[in-house]
Amino acid sequence: MKLYDLPDARGHFGPYGGTFVAETLIAALDNLRENYLRLKDDPAFQAELAYELAHYVGRPSPIYHARRLTEKAGGAQIYLKREDLNHTGAHKVNSTVGMAMVARHMGKKRVIAETGAGQHGVASATVAARYGMECVVYMGAEDVKRQAQNVYRMKLLGATVVPVSSGSRTLKDALNEAMRDWVTNVQDTFYIIGTVAGPHPYPMMVRDFNSVVGKECVLQMPEMVGRQPDAVLACVGGGSNAMGIFHPYIPHESVRLIGVEAGGDGINTGRHSASLSAGTPGVLHGNRTYLLQDENGQIIETHSISAGLDYPGVGPEHAWLKDTGRAEYVAVTDEEALTAFHDLCRLEGIIPALESSHALAQAMKMAAHMDPEQILLVNLSGRGDKDMATVAAHMGMTL
Amino acid sequence: MSRIASTFAQLAAAGRQALIPFFTAGDPDPASAVPLMHALVRGGADIVELGVPFSDPMADGPVIQRSSERALQHGVSLLGVLAMAREFRTVNTHTPVVLMGYANPIERLGYERFAREARAAGVDGVLVVDYPPEECEDLVACLRSHDIDTIFLLSPTSTDARVAAVGKLASGYVYYVSLRGVTGAGHIDTADVAGQVQRIRQHVAVPVGVGFGIRDGATAKAISAVADAIVVGSRVVLEIEEGGAAHGPARVQAVMQEFRSAMDQTGD
Ligand SMILES: Cc1ncc(COP(=O)(O)O)c(C=O)c1O
Repeated sequence: MKLYDLPDARGHFGPYGGTFVAETLIAALDNLRENYLRLKDDPAFQAELAYELAHYVGRPSPIYHARRLTEKAGGAQIYLKREDLNHTGAHKVNSTVGMAMVARHMGKKRVIAETGAGQHGVASATVAARYGMECVVYMGAEDVKRQAQNVYRMKLLGATVVPVSSGSRTLKDALNEAMRDWVTNVQDTFYIIGTVAGPHPYPMMVRDFNSVVGKECVLQMPEMVGRQPDAVLACVGGGSNAMGIFHPYIPHESVRLIGVEAGGDGINTGRHSASLSAGTPGVLHGNRTYLLQDENGQIIETHSISAGLDYPGVGPEHAWLKDTGRAEYVAVTDEEALTAFHDLCRLEGIIPALESSHALAQAMKMAAHMDPEQILLVNLSGRGDKDMATVAAHMGMTL
Repeated sequence: MSRIASTFAQLAAAGRQALIPFFTAGDPDPASAVPLMHALVRGGADIVELGVPFSDPMADGPVIQRSSERALQHGVSLLGVLAMAREFRTVNTHTPVVLMGYANPIERLGYERFAREARAAGVDGVLVVDYPPEECEDLVACLRSHDIDTIFLLSPTSTDARVAAVGKLASGYVYYVSLRGVTGAGHIDTADVAGQVQRIRQHVAVPVGVGFGIRDGATAKAISAVADAIVVGSRVVLEIEEGGAAHGPARVQAVMQEFRSAMDQTGD
């Protein structure tokens, strides 16, 4: 096992990551980093977090052997890490619980978040209710229309949802607006970023909180099958569920790490969200990473059937893992993801999130070329209740 | 001496402060940029900050966001902005031009090519909102080798250590952002600014400009009593938004005249 201890003290993963923000935010980020590093090594904080994860989130999540799906794929055994069983229905809550606790320790009374599909917004509104904090969620005006159910869910939980009408009116613009709120209200406000992106220390902090997923797998797999899997797969939007399951596996060199991006209509159509597969390095939202951009360095609009993967950047640690070859990144189209979605519904009685369906699709493709003794572990990052309207619309129905 | 340094030296000798307007290049359309620059100078601008439009202007309020979107609708790129600066230089060889924008268009072009082309276009300084000093040592070195100043932001929350670090890298001037928040927000507290500028001067040798929240002549006058330069952004951009291509130049010229005469008044 080789030592892996990135990021460095200034938040760099090789050339990626860092703190690319206006001076007005530097003090807030320094303050957050100092507090987080202190709490990270504080046994009382860690015990409190473990309690919350066990009793509020419902951890550990089980690993499930998807036998009928395996049979259909015809090759390697497919196992699912059931993050869909968490409270609120996705992995996002792992980091929102953690960050809300950091916010509380820092004495912040107000939290803000950006959201695309609404999953992170719901997870943030949930913990804000749990800890008695005010919550404002920024959401692209387009997404507010597309995700009416989750908007209502956030409101039920007591959050204020602010539609963002600037730029492309989607997730990236919601993130811009949340940053603007933060820089204005930094005294009393904590920004709960929804993925392993943003300026240092966010990519590290969100990864650490989601690493509980991979840490559990490292213990569960030997108990269940006597060894670690041959490959671990996860979908990659910003990359938090993927970093969460990858990170504890980085030192296990025989385990392949495979990130699955949203190929949309196909990479060659230009309508996709596959920043690692088809992008180039640049600076956005506080860090250097792979971006989907035009020849002038303007960020371009992305597409995916799953709103949670519809983001033109990706966490900087993935950029580094790609360049070093420790992780591999592929893209899966909307159609392939939908097929995997229906397969899991019909064969296993599990309705997966469309995001997670991308990882499933890739696992089924790979499994077919592997031996039955081999094992694939898929991070089933969330459940598909939120996607009913999207899937129905795709089948020509309105609910 | 650089064009920025000699501009400040002349102003200091006359006991005056620099008036620095900002607008987004290409708003309302690319053809308006150079006429707007000349109009600003005619109205009394000493240095012109030319905003490079970006798809994700994270540090800007609604007024400058909209201007960026209008410019991008015309496909204005970093190279396009450099072409505007070059055209301005064919007529005006004395007014410093500073590019202000975000990191990614520069990352995309490459530091060396950017510095070379900016120099060829007659650009004097560069201010990149999302390059704090610790992330841009390479760019600063590159710009320096092409005799271009790097201008940095400082804020009310910058510690003395950071102010000193900026002081080591900065050339031209530094830009004190007087408000917590985005461009175009809130109200400015003159007494607070005076104290902050004094603190900055203990660590920074170059002139100190103040911006964010200066929207009228009276505020400009009050701030110019305690700083070396005032920067006016959202107010100029609003005039362009309302005046459009037809009336924008006359309106920004009038705004500069209002600010200039307020700043140059002696006594109260
Ligand atoms: C279930 C689920 N999986 C994955 C993602 C993508 O985010 P990330 O790549 O950060 O895990 C989302 C985002 O909303 C999600 O809801």
